[in-house]
Amino acid sequence: MAVAWLLVSVAASSSGRRHATFGFGYLADPTNFDIPFRLIPWAVGDSYGRALLVCVLNTLLVSALSIVAATLLGLLVGIMRLSTNWLVRNIALGFIELVRNTPQLVQIIFWYVAVLQTLPGPRQSIRLPFGTLLNIRGLYLPSFVANDVAATLWLLAVVLLLAVPVVWHVRFRGLPLGAKSLLLVVPAVLAFFAGVDHTDRPAMLGFNIAGGVQVVPELVALWAGLSIYAAAFIAEIVRAAILSVHNGQREAALSLGLRPRQVLSKVILPQALRVAVPPTTSQYLNIIKSSSLGAAVAYPELYEIFAGTAMMQSNREIESIALLMGVFLSINLIVSALMNWYNRRILFVGR
Amino acid sequence: MSDLAAPRLPMPGGLAPGHAGRTLPRPVEWARRNLFSSVFNTILTVVVLMLAGLVLPPVFRWAVTHATISGMTRAACTGDGACWTFIRVRFPLFIYGNYPSEQYWRVDVVVALLAAFCTPVLRDGVRHRWLYGLLLLIVFPTLAAVLLAGGVFGLTHVDTSRWGGLMLDLIISFVTVAGSLPLGIVLAFGRRSQLRVVRTLSVGYIEVWRGVPLLTVLFMSAVVMPLFMPEGVSVDRLLRAMAALVLFNAAYMAEVVRGGLQGIAPGQEEAADSLGLSWMQVQAFVVLPQAFRIIVPGIINTVVDLFKDTTLVTIIGLFDLLGAVEQALKDPAWLGFATEGYVFSAAAFFVVCFAISTYGRSMERRLARRQ
Repeated sequence: MAVAWLLVSVAASSSGRRHATFGFGYLADPTNFDIPFRLIPWAVGDSYGRALLVCVLNTLLVSALSIVAATLLGLLVGIMRLSTNWLVRNIALGFIELVRNTPQLVQIIFWYVAVLQTLPGPRQSIRLPFGTLLNIRGLYLPSFVANDVAATLWLLAVVLLLAVPVVWHVRFRGLPLGAKSLLLVVPAVLAFFAGVDHTDRPAMLGFNIAGGVQVVPELVALWAGLSIYAAAFIAEIVRAAILSVHNGQREAALSLGLRPRQVLSKVILPQALRVAVPPTTSQYLNIIKSSSLGAAVAYPELYEIFAGTAMMQSNREIESIALLMGVFLSINLIVSALMNWYNRRILFVGR
Repeated sequence: MSDLAAPRLPMPGGLAPGHAGRTLPRPVEWARRNLFSSVFNTILTVVVLMLAGLVLPPVFRWAVTHATISGMTRAACTGDGACWTFIRVRFPLFIYGNYPSEQYWRVDVVVALLAAFCTPVLRDGVRHRWLYGLLLLIVFPTLAAVLLAGGVFGLTHVDTSRWGGLMLDLIISFVTVAGSLPLGIVLAFGRRSQLRVVRTLSVGYIEVWRGVPLLTVLFMSAVVMPLFMPEGVSVDRLLRAMAALVLFNAAYMAEVVRGGLQGIAPGQEEAADSLGLSWMQVQAFVVLPQAFRIIVPGIINTVVDLFKDTTLVTIIGLFDLLGAVEQALKDPAWLGFATEGYVFSAAAFFVVCFAISTYGRSMERRLARRQ
């Protein structure tokens, strides 16, 4: 640490820098740049600290969306890979080989430049189900407008959803509630829709599209690039995990009279899950790290802003890189701690 | 790989057909078994064929029948298909970057040398493989550096800022592998060391590098590293990026090597110890040779990954293949061929990566058979 500090102070005093001292005090200074996409309110002139928060949220948003999509797509392709249907099996193989052998950066830029930028303008939007519009400015989703009692009802929905894992372990008169806790999801969904006054569908208004929520094309491209790339790797993990369950397990379960569906859900998948969790964790961490590639399509995530605009304007190179590394390292450590905890929970318990 | 796909699971509707008694023409029998073995599979096949009928013809029309490849200017591209003319005309830029065209032969010689030096290392059943490995890691880089940079033996000097294209990706990858593998081995031993300080330092190094995005590391090399240099000293931009890539990938290599070291039964080491071999001898003659057999697939995966990741140097302003494509796309004479450009760069990377991973798989199979 002492050596690092010495190096930092040497660098800080070198002639290339305008600011002589190393420190994070500048985070309270006002900025004069805009962040085009954000989840929380932002105005030019807000502090660098708030810019950091906006960017962290943007990074987390695209990472979370990609982790969900990559897991679902990876599961699908991994199971397709084991299909008895020759066509399905080889389409999955082709997908995996194509995606795994081309650079992720090329894929992200391809989605952005070669796919999303060739979409029609707002007037000729592609109409998707549920009033969703797709055009060169991004994806316009219908949004829900809350009514008077929405706050209470939505809070209730969140509480119900949070109760699911808790109830899962509760025993009622000695019997585990387990899967019955999933019934809580139904009232949660009902409570959510009870709080909706009406849906706001995006529609053309003059030269612009009004209403709904706009998902910028940068986010869509980065999301597609991150999730498709990781899905190819997760598919191979899923395939290997399912194959790793010894065939005797399946035969034994079948001979005990379990149905094929039960064999899959009660015998094979729980064992495959154990094999799949550690490598999948590292794919999740890769997604979070690769979200910095958003810089290539100008999605305003951490790297794009803090190694770009914010660094240029504050002239704080060393602080910026320290912030970037620190934040990514912390997010990664938290995610891997969570996944390790989950991994320990599902580990085989010798009896 | 498809031989591994023999399914062991009863996928929905995936029961093996029991028509062994009847004799049918072979293709029909094959189709029945692989495409129409059940109602569900038949539906799947029909759906897939319909989707293919919807997607493939337009793609084929764009890429082949309506595409243009002849001519020298944009005017040649009149059809509504792809304009491969753009790729053909700019091909030297994509491969050699801005390297002076009368010096292309130097790059070609380096590629030939690389092939010559690699062959004995990669071939099966070669004696003294480590000797050839050393040649590849020491003699070849020296020759390549002299040829590419020039400035001696009457070769004109070519500044690294003019290096680019696919050639730059290959150079960066080679240097990164050659540098990070030895460093990774040292780190892997460090992580298993009995000395607490060494172990903590190695673990800390590995976890920190693996916890940050490569882009921040490259950013550090491009922007922050120059600030740490003493007054008047400047290190080449490319060299800095390479150094960053070596340090970064060493952490990943270390984990691969550690996996291999853990796969060696402790009895091996104990037996060698009891024969009176020193620690160095035990590691060099007993542990590492066996560990390498386990880690080859992992190393090849890492090599493919880092080769793909060399595209990231575009973001810090070096002209690799992706950078060259983007440069060509900005040319006012060739605006509007982004799809062709990115499809070409993806295809070029695919060819190299697929070749490496296919080699890796065949190697894996050979090693598995030997055991």
